[in-house]
Amino acid sequence: MSKVLVVTSGKGGVGKTTTTAALGAALAKGGQSVVLVDFDVGLRNLDLVMGAERRVVFDLINVIQGDANLAQALIKDKRVDNLSLLPASQTRDKDALTSEGVAKVIDELRKKFDWVICDSPAGIERGAQMAMYHADVAVIVTNPEVSSVRDSDRIIGMLDSTTAKAKKGEKLEKHLLITRYDPQRAAKGDMLGTDDVLDILSIPLLGIIPESGDVLRASNVGAPVTIAEPDSAPARAYTDAARRLNGEKLEVTIPTERKGLFDWLFKRRVA
Amino acid sequence: MSSFLSNIFKRRSSAPVARDRLQILLAHERISVGDGKDDLLAQLHREIMEVIKRHVAVDQDKVQIKLDRGAQYSTLEIDVEVPGLTDGKPAAPAKPAPDKAKTKPA
Repeated sequence: MSKVLVVTSGKGGVGKTTTTAALGAALAKGGQSVVLVDFDVGLRNLDLVMGAERRVVFDLINVIQGDANLAQALIKDKRVDNLSLLPASQTRDKDALTSEGVAKVIDELRKKFDWVICDSPAGIERGAQMAMYHADVAVIVTNPEVSSVRDSDRIIGMLDSTTAKAKKGEKLEKHLLITRYDPQRAAKGDMLGTDDVLDILSIPLLGIIPESGDVLRASNVGAPVTIAEPDSAPARAYTDAARRLNGEKLEVTIPTERKGLFDWLFKRRVA
Repeated sequence: MSSFLSNIFKRRSSAPVARDRLQILLAHERISVGDGKDDLLAQLHREIMEVIKRHVAVDQDKVQIKLDRGAQYSTLEIDVEVPGLTDGKPAAPAKPAPDKAKTKPA
C-alpha cells in the first residue's frame, strides 16, 4: 500500500526540507521505496539538501506539462537504493502547478513507490495547498516557539478542510514533529516544552528532533542527516520517527549526543 | 571547547564543501534564472534532441538524459535508443554509445 505524506508547517525555516530528506532516507534505508517531491516552485532546495543539485535536468512542472516523462525527471539517490527525488522547477511560474497535473503525477508515483513524500513550501498559498491536497498522512513540523505553533495550528485547520481526504469526509492521519528542540533551554523554562506544544495542537507526537550541529553539517555536504551522520542524535530521532510512521509503537525519547569521557567530565548532562 | 577533542578525530569541516557546492550551483543558476532563458546545457540538450527527432521517431521512454554541472566542465549525456535500423540483419547494438557533450562554463 502506497502512502502519500506531506511535510508541512506554515512557517518557513522550521525544518521541512531537512525533515523530508531525513525521513525519506530513513524509510528508504529500512527497505521501502521512497520518492521525495519538492513543491517549492521557484525556490527549490530539496535538491541541494539531497546533494543532487548538479544533476537536475527535468522537474515536476516539466512532467506536468508533458516535456518529460516521470522516469526521465526522477533523480536516483547515489547512496541509498529505493530513494528518488522529483525536483521543483526553479524558473517556471507557480500557476503551472495545476491540480489535474499534480493529481496525475501523484497517481503515477503511487504506483511506483511505497512512500511519496511531498515537501511543502512555506505559507498557505497554492504550492502549499497542492502539496497537501493528495496526502494520506501529514507531518507537521513545529519549532517550540510561539509563531511556529500558531502557524501549525492554521495548517492543521487547512489539512482538516481543504484536502482531498477532508472533502471526502475521511480522516487524514496527522503527526506532530517537534524540531530544533533544546532540552537544556526547556529545562530552564525558557522554551515551550513538548507537553505545552502537544496540549495546544492536540495531535499525536511523531518525534522530537534535538537542535544539533549535525543537521547543518549534513546540509552543508548535501546529505540527509540520517545518511551523513546516522549515529547522531537527530538522525536517531528521525529514524525512530520513520519507524513510527510505519506503525511501530516506540516510546518518544529525546536522543542526546553520545559524548566521550571528556565531554562528560566538563559538561552537565542533558536530561 | 568541549567538542575540541572529538573534532580532532572527526572529518574535515563541512563549510568549505558547502561553499564550493553553492559556487558551482549559483554560477549556473544566475545564467538561467535571471532572464528566464535556458543556460547553454539546456539549450544544447534541446537542440540535440531536435536534430535526432528530425531523423528518427524518438520514443520518450527510450531517452535517458544525465547531467552533471561542474566547476571546470559539465557533462550532458543523451542516451537514445534508436529502433530498427538493421532490416533484420543481426545484432546491431540496441543502444548506441551515449552522446556526450562537454562544455566549458560560459
